Amino acid sequence: MLMLAAIRVRLWWTIFRVSLDERLVYRADFALGTLMRFLPIVTHILMFRAIYTAVNGDNIAGYTFRDMVAYQLLIMISRAFSSMPTLASEIAFQIREGEIKKYLIQPIDMIGFLLLKRVAWKLVYYGIAIIPFSLVFYLCRSYFPGWPDATTMAVYVMSLGMAFLMGFFLEATIGIIGFWFLEISSLLLVYNLFNYLLSGHMFPLEMLQKMPAAVEWLFHVLPFKYLAYFPASIFLGKVQGTALIYGLGTQFAWLIFFFGLCRLSYGYGLKRYSGFGG
Amino acid sequence: MAGPQPSYFAVLGTFARNGLVRDMTFRTNFFIELFTVVFWAGMNLCFYFLLYQFADEMGRGSGWSKWPFFIFLATGMFINSLMQAFLVPNAVEFSELIRKGNLDFVLLKPIDTQFVVSFQRVKWSALSTFLVGVGLLGYSLHRLDYAPGFSVVLLYPIYIICGVAIMYSVMMCLASMTVWMGRNQNLTDFWFYLTIFSRYPLEIYTGRMGRPIQIGFTFIVPILLAVNIPARFMAKPLDEGQGWLALYALAAAAVSLLVSRRFFNLALSGYRSASS
Repeated sequence: MLMLAAIRVRLWWTIFRVSLDERLVYRADFALGTLMRFLPIVTHILMFRAIYTAVNGDNIAGYTFRDMVAYQLLIMISRAFSSMPTLASEIAFQIREGEIKKYLIQPIDMIGFLLLKRVAWKLVYYGIAIIPFSLVFYLCRSYFPGWPDATTMAVYVMSLGMAFLMGFFLEATIGIIGFWFLEISSLLLVYNLFNYLLSGHMFPLEMLQKMPAAVEWLFHVLPFKYLAYFPASIFLGKVQGTALIYGLGTQFAWLIFFFGLCRLSYGYGLKRYSGFGG
Repeated sequence: MAGPQPSYFAVLGTFARNGLVRDMTFRTNFFIELFTVVFWAGMNLCFYFLLYQFADEMGRGSGWSKWPFFIFLATGMFINSLMQAFLVPNAVEFSELIRKGNLDFVLLKPIDTQFVVSFQRVKWSALSTFLVGVGLLGYSLHRLDYAPGFSVVLLYPIYIICGVAIMYSVMMCLASMTVWMGRNQNLTDFWFYLTIFSRYPLEIYTGRMGRPIQIGFTFIVPILLAVNIPARFMAKPLDEGQGWLALYALAAAAVSLLVSRRFFNLALSGYRSASS
């Protein structure tokens, strides 16, 4: 029994190490790509600065200019955890091309394999991205209200972890839809658009206070805000007390929901699937 | 021995027709693209609509209040949709042609290579943003209760074409670099990040961070002029002492085209085909 467990751990460890090495091959391209992703932030900050000069009392929906810049930068961190580039398209590709067969004949679970691979990729990403991230955050340090206390920090990290898992299971589910549709690139495009708007990537959701109540309600009731807005607002101390506990609970519930949905759809998808040839 | 000159307009018409046939072959995909493009434009509009709920102007005293700024956005939509429909898919295709060695077939054709490379594919769905822009421009002018004069109506499209020329030149130079780089996968990403700077009024680029951007993207790579100059014609007159910017934009468009042409030819002379 113990030996079986040891073999299993060794297997997962090998997958993890191979994925790590695979990702390190393109490290220069990676660092450049990450630095480029900060370019839109520069224009966004300049635009907000211009907007704030025409606002009375340095306040937009409870955000001072400094808060707004800090928010935009924290969103980058949230997205570094929750976004899963190429995950869904990779799964759909494997279904379409029949590569998925290998998971059926080998004692490896596809979702588990992809999750481990993603963890390895993300670790490499953080390892390299920490350089441009630290540089930008250091240059922008005056925009932050300072480090939050240890509890808030712990909750923030927890929320980021959940955002990562939620993002993974959500996008994996979209990829699994490939069992039914084969080509999911358009669906993915639409999902990315909605995600960009609803996750709080464009603006903090407090800004919706001047919109009809139904619009604000929609943004808060959907799961997307837990992928970007929620962790960032924890760090900034915008959610506290019972609202924080309620938010974390809801995020956890969404995580369980997408985990279940992913496993369930994968199970159903496999039943539909038929592979031919070598 | 020079053969008969091809009719460039007829060829362009054929490219446009082929593009339409291609789009109509994958009709569902076309409609999804249409939806995405319009939704993206709508989302951006909503964002700025939201912002203007909190502030009257983008920069106190800049003159970019809500409706003039929406004219600015409409101008950006015109330029962007023309780029996306005619030029961006081709520039991406160009770097693939170089990488795979398929440029050989284009070089053999008895027609200007840059012309074929630049206009071969037409993505009709991108033109939907153009229509959104027309609506937005019309509505914003109506809200401003302002009817542009004859000279503005005449100059606006000319400067939009200048804007497209500037953007096209930058894109073509980026795509040509594939010859030396071998692979240029980040091309569209880089292009996207670069064009973001052109999407805002010149006035926001001030201070320690903004000023170098303003100078760099006006005088070295003049993408800031692309949207700003035509938008100014329509939305708000150029300030005193800024008339030179209008002349400069014309010159910048011409020089950009020349430079990109030179660069393109230089890239072609460095092209060594791929495999056999």
